[in-house]
Amino acid sequence: MANLNALTEFIKSGNRSKATKLTQEALDAGEVPQGILDAMVVGMDVVGERFKCNEIFVPEMLIAARAMKEAMAILEPALVKTGYKPIATAVIGTVQGDLHDIGKNLVSMMWKGASFNVVDLGVNVPAEKFVAAIKEHNATLVGLSALLTTTMPAMQTVMDAIRAEDFVGVKVLIGGAPITQNYADQIGADAFAADAASAVDAARKLLAN
Amino acid sequence: MSTHYTSLAIDDPTKLVFGHAPNPFTLRRGMVLGGGLVYPEINFTLPPMLIEAGTMNKVCTEYRQMITGVLKRAAELESPGVLVEFETLPPMTEHPDWGMQIVNILLDAMEEAHAKDGLASALRMTPNDNREMVRPPQMRSGIYWEGMLELFDRSAAAGAELLSIESVGGKELHDDALTMGDMQGSIFGLSVLGARDMKFLWTHIVEIAKRHGVHAAGDTACGFGNTAMVLAEQKMIPRVFAAVVRAVTAVRSLVAYECGAVGPGKDCGYENPILKAITGFPMSMEGKCASCAHFSPMGNLAAACCDTWSNESIQNVKLLGGMAPTMSMEQLIYDCRLMNVALGEGPKEVLKLRDWFVASDDSLDPQAYILRPDCCVQLAQAIISKDTPYTAARHVGLTAIDILRQAHADKSLKLSDRELPWLDTMTDTIQEMPDDENVLAQQVIATTEPGRFLPAEYGLTS
Repeated sequence: MANLNALTEFIKSGNRSKATKLTQEALDAGEVPQGILDAMVVGMDVVGERFKCNEIFVPEMLIAARAMKEAMAILEPALVKTGYKPIATAVIGTVQGDLHDIGKNLVSMMWKGASFNVVDLGVNVPAEKFVAAIKEHNATLVGLSALLTTTMPAMQTVMDAIRAEDFVGVKVLIGGAPITQNYADQIGADAFAADAASAVDAARKLLAN
Repeated sequence: MSTHYTSLAIDDPTKLVFGHAPNPFTLRRGMVLGGGLVYPEINFTLPPMLIEAGTMNKVCTEYRQMITGVLKRAAELESPGVLVEFETLPPMTEHPDWGMQIVNILLDAMEEAHAKDGLASALRMTPNDNREMVRPPQMRSGIYWEGMLELFDRSAAAGAELLSIESVGGKELHDDALTMGDMQGSIFGLSVLGARDMKFLWTHIVEIAKRHGVHAAGDTACGFGNTAMVLAEQKMIPRVFAAVVRAVTAVRSLVAYECGAVGPGKDCGYENPILKAITGFPMSMEGKCASCAHFSPMGNLAAACCDTWSNESIQNVKLLGGMAPTMSMEQLIYDCRLMNVALGEGPKEVLKLRDWFVASDDSLDPQAYILRPDCCVQLAQAIISKDTPYTAARHVGLTAIDILRQAHADKSLKLSDRELPWLDTMTDTIQEMPDDENVLAQQVIATTEPGRFLPAEYGLTS
């Protein structure tokens, strides 16, 4: 039996080499891939909580995420064989006219750590590209980011384009410095997240409904 | 032709004060920057709205309302002068005709306020840097580069007296360096990519300024140092990391002056006091009055060495007192009045007020501490003691860390336990970096995901 508690600890501490080694050992020992994944996600959840409580900084969180990413590369083929599907596929991007991507990148990283399949469309993304990506990847979650007051209205454009399609169960979460819950309500977005850490909770809540 | 600074214009920290710069200059309406008065510098922006051909009438109406309101209040409060900064939004640089519509609205209103109320003013033109609109950014050609230069040229011809920018060269790698807490990546982004781009860009801006008889003012490492400051404010990265990044940003921003800029450095360049010590040019600063745009840990200290005092940017929304830009204008004017009273009283009083600004903030945050006038002179000295931006960046980074370590040891600066290990981490990182920037460049090129940046756009070969 592999020590999956140790795997959780290696993810938490961002120890890439030990996390990947133990993942391989766990697979070799016949551990159920889903169990290995769960051990990793527990580690990332703890990291997310510690960040929310101001116990660690983003770089420490990213180092943990990098360890998970590398361990996942080893685990993924075995997971796929079991018919595993990620919790959700998410499409994320900074809306058209806006080039700011730090916040968007952090949310993307946090979602990956929570076991979402994330398709990052980058910055300055037009509405049509969001719609096309939702269709192509069967996404059920969309993240929109904007930092400027003059690009906020582009979120409305994306919302209109998404709502004009017959998507079933596609939830939209928005965020960025000028964004508020009121604005999310105004444009018909499903949720607003004030920061990257709370974007994971908000996404999980949305998908559970 | 570029200047390499090898001595300081201000080497005595008691001479690094607000309102006086060793190299002042006079604007067309008689305002002398750095010549014994601090002027308010107002910047404003649109409320939430789209900017497109169909909304340009509304956009112009907003700008007309903002400039009329702020100039009227400045005249009522008898401000000795006002700097107006027009920092464009991306579509206004992409379509220079749109940008110029607003430039003309601002200049007409400034002319009218002078004719009617005798109010002196000048326009600082700051086209936003759209070159990162394509990824990887195309830095030296293409429609975004051309649109930006066209707007500089046409606005200078129309009457904008100061040319500035918040340039983005190197930011495509620096953002990740910040979130990863990677000091090597930060120094590479600022002093290798950033400095190379600054040299290319500012050679062009200085040439445009000369052609029109206006002033190439200065740049800011806003997208680097202020991004770090905001991330630190949100507790995402360590404050000591942001403080060291701030010290290194001075190396990048200095390149504008080496190419011929004369100040005042852009308001959001919190590194400007270091540059004032090196160049002697007047500098704009922003602090507590800029909380309408972002928070900072040095609302008072930032005023210590300013020559113009700015609000960064404020949206045109209605507040109880009136429209927000007008309110902001009033706040800036009252701050300037206080500093100008001290300037009228004499050097002793100026130092007293300056030191109060400093003492109110410096012990509470490393980012404030690093910008104390005495620390600025020390950092400036570290920069000019080296021959290249890269070597200067490493040296000033280590100097900043030493300053913070010493300040913590003698209890003049409070650092939390989780910040302290970062001082050692950053020291080790900087010390282990290659001495030759080309060696580092090749390492970065070899290990960076293809398509993140274009080495040739920075004069690097891969």
